[in-house]
Amino acid sequence: MAYTTAQLSIMDSIINRYPRKRSAIMPLLHFVQSIDGYVTNEGIELIGQKLELATAEVTAVSTFYTQYKSKPVGEYHVGICTNTLCAVMGGDAIFESIKEHLDIENDGVTTDGKVSVEHIECNAACDYAPVVMVNWEFYDNQTVQSTRDLVDAARAGNPPAPTRGPNKLRTWKENSAVLAGISDGLANEGVQAGEPTLSGLKKAKGGA
Amino acid sequence: MSKLTPVLSANWDQKDSFTLEAYKRNGGYTAITKALSMKPDEVIQTVKDSGLRGRGGAGFPTGNKWGFIPQGDNKEHYFVVNADESEPGTCKDTPLLMASPHVLIEGVIIGSFAIRANHAFIYIRGEVTHVVRRVQQAIEDAYKAGFLGKNILGKGFDLDLVLHVGAGAYICGEETALLDSLEGFRGQPRLRPPFPAIAGLYAKPTVVNNVESVASVPAIINNGVAWFTAMGTEKSKGFTLYSLSGHVNNPGQFEAPLGITLRELLEISGGIRTGHKLKFWTPGGSSTPIFTDAHLDVPLDYEGVSAAGSILGTKALQIFDETTCIVRAVLRWTEFYKHESCGKCTPCREGTWWLVQVLKDLESGRGSEADLDKLLDLCDNIMGRSFCALADGAASPIISSLKYFRQEYLDHLAAGKCPFDPMTATLFESVGVK
Amino acid sequence: MSIQELGVDQQVKVEMITCVIDGFEITVPKGTLVIRAAEKLGIQIPRFCDHPLLAPAGACRQCLVDIEINGRAFPKPQASCTIPVENGMVVKTQLTSPAADKAQKGIMELLLINHPLDCPVCDKGGECPLQNQAMSNGRAESRFEGVKRTFEKPVAISSQVLLDRERCVLCARCTRFSEQIAGDPFITLNERGALQQVGIYEEEPFDSYYSGNTVQICPVGALTGTSYRFRARPFDLVSTNSACEHCASGCAMRTDVRRGKTLRRLAGEDAEVNEEWNCDKGRWAFKYEVAKNRIKNPMIRDSSGQLQEVSWPEALAAAANGLKNSRSGVLVGGRVTIEDAYGYSKFARLALNTNNIDFRARLHSQEELEFLATTSTNATYKDIDNADHVVLIGFEPEDESPIVFLRIYKQVQKRSIKLTTIAPYASRGSEKLKANLIKSASGNEVSAISSLSGLTGKSVVLVGERISETKGGLSSIIKLVSDTGAKLGWIPRRAGEKGAITAGALPNLLPGNRLVSNSSARVDLAAAWSVDSLPSEIGLSTEEMIDSDLQALLIGGVDPMDISPEAKVKLAKKFIISLEIRQSDITDIASVVLPVAPVVEKSGSFMDWQGKVRRFEAAVDQTLNRSDVRILSMLADEIGKPINLPTVNSAWVEFESIGSWDGEVSTMKLLVGAGNKSVNNDEAIISSWRNLLDKGSLQDGEENLAGTARKSKVVISQSRARTLNVGDGDLVRVSNNYGAVTLACQISDIDESSIWLPRNSINSQLIRNLGVVSNSVVKVAKA
Repeated sequence: MAYTTAQLSIMDSIINRYPRKRSAIMPLLHFVQSIDGYVTNEGIELIGQKLELATAEVTAVSTFYTQYKSKPVGEYHVGICTNTLCAVMGGDAIFESIKEHLDIENDGVTTDGKVSVEHIECNAACDYAPVVMVNWEFYDNQTVQSTRDLVDAARAGNPPAPTRGPNKLRTWKENSAVLAGISDGLANEGVQAGEPTLSGLKKAKGGA
Repeated sequence: MSKLTPVLSANWDQKDSFTLEAYKRNGGYTAITKALSMKPDEVIQTVKDSGLRGRGGAGFPTGNKWGFIPQGDNKEHYFVVNADESEPGTCKDTPLLMASPHVLIEGVIIGSFAIRANHAFIYIRGEVTHVVRRVQQAIEDAYKAGFLGKNILGKGFDLDLVLHVGAGAYICGEETALLDSLEGFRGQPRLRPPFPAIAGLYAKPTVVNNVESVASVPAIINNGVAWFTAMGTEKSKGFTLYSLSGHVNNPGQFEAPLGITLRELLEISGGIRTGHKLKFWTPGGSSTPIFTDAHLDVPLDYEGVSAAGSILGTKALQIFDETTCIVRAVLRWTEFYKHESCGKCTPCREGTWWLVQVLKDLESGRGSEADLDKLLDLCDNIMGRSFCALADGAASPIISSLKYFRQEYLDHLAAGKCPFDPMTATLFESVGVK
Repeated sequence: MSIQELGVDQQVKVEMITCVIDGFEITVPKGTLVIRAAEKLGIQIPRFCDHPLLAPAGACRQCLVDIEINGRAFPKPQASCTIPVENGMVVKTQLTSPAADKAQKGIMELLLINHPLDCPVCDKGGECPLQNQAMSNGRAESRFEGVKRTFEKPVAISSQVLLDRERCVLCARCTRFSEQIAGDPFITLNERGALQQVGIYEEEPFDSYYSGNTVQICPVGALTGTSYRFRARPFDLVSTNSACEHCASGCAMRTDVRRGKTLRRLAGEDAEVNEEWNCDKGRWAFKYEVAKNRIKNPMIRDSSGQLQEVSWPEALAAAANGLKNSRSGVLVGGRVTIEDAYGYSKFARLALNTNNIDFRARLHSQEELEFLATTSTNATYKDIDNADHVVLIGFEPEDESPIVFLRIYKQVQKRSIKLTTIAPYASRGSEKLKANLIKSASGNEVSAISSLSGLTGKSVVLVGERISETKGGLSSIIKLVSDTGAKLGWIPRRAGEKGAITAGALPNLLPGNRLVSNSSARVDLAAAWSVDSLPSEIGLSTEEMIDSDLQALLIGGVDPMDISPEAKVKLAKKFIISLEIRQSDITDIASVVLPVAPVVEKSGSFMDWQGKVRRFEAAVDQTLNRSDVRILSMLADEIGKPINLPTVNSAWVEFESIGSWDGEVSTMKLLVGAGNKSVNNDEAIISSWRNLLDKGSLQDGEENLAGTARKSKVVISQSRARTLNVGDGDLVRVSNNYGAVTLACQISDIDESSIWLPRNSINSQLIRNLGVVSNSVVKVAKA
C-alpha cells in the first residue's frame, strides 16, 4: 500500500520526537501497523529509508518484539494470559475454550478476519486474574463464558467496552496508532481504577 | 488500626484522579516548586538521605544512582523511567499510571532537574493501550500547564519528556536492554561496564529508574526525609506498593511501610481464598525464589526477604493455595522465560528451551527421580552463567520449588500424570470446558 | 592484543598490568582481555563469539573462568572475553578451577542440544571450533533427550553464501563483522530467544563485498560458501600461504589445493595489511585458472592464420625471429609480479635494446608517467590508522582497493576521522564513510583539489590511477602534499603496478628508481647488468607503442579494450608475441603465444600500494613455475642477448641486489588543469569507475560471485531526472558518436553536469560501448 502524504508527514513528526532518529523505529512500526494492520514489506522499506537503515536492520527489530506482527491479525486481537497466575486462576481453560470455540489455533485468525487469538504472558493485571486483552485493552476477571461472549460480540462487530479503558473498544489498527503516540482523545474515558486497585486504599480508610 | 499507608494511592478513589486538575487539587505539582528552588545537589542529597531504594526489583538506592551522574562534563544527560512492568505477578506501576500519571511526571521533573537532564523518556510497555493514553494525555497537559518544556516555573530549567511505547519484550525491563530498545535496536542487554550512569542512552550519562521509585520522590520532597524514614525498617525506608494476587479473597494494591509481613497483609486484606490454605507464594515476582506458609512472618523488606532466601523484588505477592500444582506453576513460569529470553547468550536461550522440555515431561509424569537431579544440575549450569539476570530468574522457581516440594514432583512420577485437577484452582465453575 | 591493535601511538607509553593466570604471572598492556592474556601464556580458553577484531560480545559464555581481584572473588564465573586484566587479578581457567571447568562443560552441553549431529557431511567438519572444543572442553555424552530445534536449510542468503540455521550457535560473529567491519548490516539476528536466528531481509540478499569473511569466521558450519560446499574435507587439502593477485591492497592469503586443483582461498593474517580480512573477489575469483580457454602449450600462427600448438624451441625461435632486427617494444600489463616485471624491464633494455616498455594497460598520460617516475609516495595503512583526515581523489576504495576501505572505515567508526572525497557523487562506499563530498565532474578535479584546506602532517591523501585521466590532477596533488606535509598514497587497481614501477617497467624509468634520463643512473645499472651501456632515449608509452610504427610487440597480460576500442585493430598489424594464461583478444591476433602460469601455479612477489613486498609460493605443487620471467629469459637466450634470469628466485635475488638509486633525483614539471567543460541540457560529462565485481577477466568462471555484483545503473541528478521526466529505475540512454548504453537510472545527488556509469559491468562496458570512460561529453535521453 502506498502511504499518503499525511501519513508520511506523521512519520516525520514521530521521528522529530527523538534526539536521534533511529529511536523512532518502534513507534514507526506501531504506526505502520495502524495503517497496514501488520508489519508489511512496504513499511519496512519505508522505515529503512526514513531512518537510513538497512532493511535487514528494521527486520531485526520488528521480529524481536511480539507486538509487531508479520502477518495480518484480526480487527480484534484477543490475548489470553496463560502465565502461571492467570493460567491457574482460569486462563488455561479460557484459552483452550476460545480456540475450540473459534476453531483456530494460537496466532490464528477467524476466516472473517474479525478475531485473532494469541496466548500472552503476564500483562501486569494479576490482581484482576484471569485477564484477557483485546487490542491491548483490559478485560478483567474473565471466565470462559465471558470471554466467549466477548469474542462472539466482537465477531458481530459489537464488542463490549473494556473493563478499564475507553467507552468503546477500538480496532487493532486504531489502537496501534495510539501506541505510535498519536492521541485519539479518549484518555479521559473509562474508570480511573478497578476495584482491586483500590483494595488497600479502602482498607486503609477503614472499609470492609 | 491498619498498618497501611496510602501515599501514592491516596487519591486513586477519586473518579478523575488521573487528570491534572485532580492531581493539583490534591496538592500535586507543589514538590517541583520546592525542588526547583533547591540546588540540584541538594535534591540528590535529600533523596539519598531518605534512603529510597529502587522499587523495580533490585533495590539500589535511588539517590546514589542520581549521584553517579558526572557533573560539569558538558554532555547531555538523560533521565529514563522504566515503565516496562512485565515481571509475572507485578502489577503496581500499571494501575498507578492509569490512576495517577502526573505523580510520575512530577517525579521525572525533579529527577531530571537533580541530574541536570533536559531530556527524559518514559519507556512504557506496549500492551496497555489505555495507560498509554493516560500518560500521553498527562504529558500533554503538563506541557500546557508549563510544567514541561522551556523555563519550567520560570526557574530557567528546560525539560522535554517523551513517552516511548514498547512492543512486547520482558527483557526490556532490564535497564541496558531498555536503553538499546529506546535507541532503536533489539532489546538485548549491553555489556557492563560502562554503566548507564557513564554511558547510557546514546552513550551519555543516564539514570534509569522504576516508575514507583520516581513517583515516590515528590512526597519525599514535600514531606521531608524524616517523614519518609519514619516508615519502614532500618535499611528499607518508606512505604511501598504490595501487589496481592491469586488465591486471596481481596487481591489488589496495598500500600504499606516496608517490612510488613504477608500474614499482616492477608489479615488486612481478607485472607486466603475462603476454604483453602496457603501453599506457596512469590515475594517479588516469578524471578524470586518461592516461599511457603513457613514464611508468613518474614518481614517484607530488602533484608528480611533476602535473609529468608529470596528477593523482595517488585513486591508482587502471588498467592497459591493447596489446589495449585507446583510443577504446573513452575512449568508455566519456565515457558515464560523461554518465550522472553532475548536469545543473546547460550545458557538462557538454550537452557530455557531444555528446561521446558524436562518440566513438561515431569508434569505429565514421565521420567525418573534422576531427572530431578539433572534438572537441578541444569539450573546450576544456567544460574550465574548468563549475560543478564533473566536466566537466574528462570532457575529460581525451579530450584526453590524442588527445595520445598520435591515430593510433589515425585508424586507426578509415581502417578504417571499430574495428580491435580486444574479446575479446582480455577476461580470460576467449569462452563463447557472439555 | 598488541599495542598496535589498541591504536596507540608508539610514542605513548602504555601502562602495563601484571596478573596471574593458572598460577603463572604475566604482564600485558592495560586493556588486554583475560582471554588474550591467557593466550600469551599458551592457555587456550574455549570460545565462540570472541574474535580479536570484533568488539567483545560476551554472548556465548563459553569462556567462563573464575576471577578474584586482590583476594576478592567474583561470586560467579566471568566471561574472559569481556574482562580486561587488572593488577592483582588472579584468574583460574578450566585448567585449575573445577568450577570454571564445570561452567564451560555446562555451556558446551547447552550449545550442543540444538546442534545437529551432521559433522560427517558438514563442510566445517575437521576444522570446526565447535567440534574441536566439544572434544576438548565438553562432556563425553549429552543428557539432552528432548526435541531439537529445526529450520529449513540451507538458505541461500546470497548467491555465494548459504546459511544453515540449525548449526548456528548464534555467536553473532557474522552479524558483528557485517556491521562493525564492513558497514554492511545486511545480515542480522532476527526473532528472539530460542528462535533467534541469523537472517536477511527477504528482498535484500547479503550482497556485501566482504561476505566471505563471515564464512571464514563462522565457528561452526552455519555459513558456507556455495562454491566450496561439499567439495572437500579440510584434511585432504594442502594449504599454502599466498598473496592476492586481484588488487593493490596486498592481502595475505591462504590457498587450499586438493590434487592440483584450487578449491578455496581464505584471507591470511597480516596485522599490518589486511588484518584477517579480504574481499569476496580475492576469496572467490580463482576459477579463471582452470577456465576452458587455458593455454597449455606454445602456439604459432600458421600460414592459414590459425594458431597451432608447437614445441617450446619452435615457438621461442619464431618469437626471437620476429623480434630480431625489428623496432619493438614491450607491454607488460598491470598484473605481473615484481620478478616478472623485472624480467620484462631487463628484457626490453638488453634483449631489445629499447626503453619502449610500459606496464600501464589502461588509460594513462604523460603527466602520470612523470609522476610515477619521480614521486615517492609514503602513506601506509598505519598512517590511515593514525590519520586526522583522509582525502580520496579519483579513488573509490570500496570498489578499487577494498582493504583500504576497511581500514578507513575502521577509523571512521572508532575515531570519527574526517573523510573527504573528490568525486561526482557519493558512492555507497563514501556514504558508509560519512564522506564530505566535494562534487566534481570528471576532468574538473583540479579546482576541487586546490580548494582543500585543513590538511596536516597527519592527513593522508589517497589517489587512484584514474586521476591521470584529468590534466593537471597529479600536478595539483603534488602541490597539495608539499604545501601541507600530508602523506601521499597512490593506489592503482591492479596488483602488479607498484611492483612494475620499482622494476622499471616504464619508458622513462629503469629498475630501482633510476631515471632513463640520468646518465649516471644508467651507468650504474649497466655495470650491475655487466653490459656496456643502456639505451638512453626515453621510450614510448603504451598508447604511443600501439599507435606507432613499431613492428613487433611483446605483450604480457593486456586487454586492448582497457585502452581503446581501436587498440586491437592497430595491434593486429604488428608482430605480436603474447605471454598469456588464457585465450584473449591479444592471443587472437598474436603470431606467437607463450603460455605462462597463473598465481597459484607460480611463486613470486607483489608490491602492495604501500610498497610492501608480498611474497608467495606456488600453491599447486608439481607445477613448472612457469612465471613470465622464466620464459623471457629463454627468449632472450634465443635472441642471443641473455638476461640470465632462469628462475623466479634468481630474478628476485638480482633485483634486490641492484638496490634503489640513491643519487640525484629530479622532480616533475607541474601542469595546470584544463578549464571546465560546459554541457547543454541534453548532455553530460561522463564519469565512471570499475565496480569491484564486474566483467573483469579474472572473475571469469565464478557465477556465484558474479551473482552478488551491484546492478548496473546510470546515476543522474534530480534536475536531470526532471528534465528527462524519469523516475528512479526508469531506463536512460547514454550515447555519443561511437555508440550507446541504456541502463536503469538511479537519481542521486550528483554533480549537475555529470552522469556516472560503471566502467566495465554488465550492459555497461564503456570503452567497448562508448569508446570513452570519463571526461567526455555524451548525450543523455530517456530510453
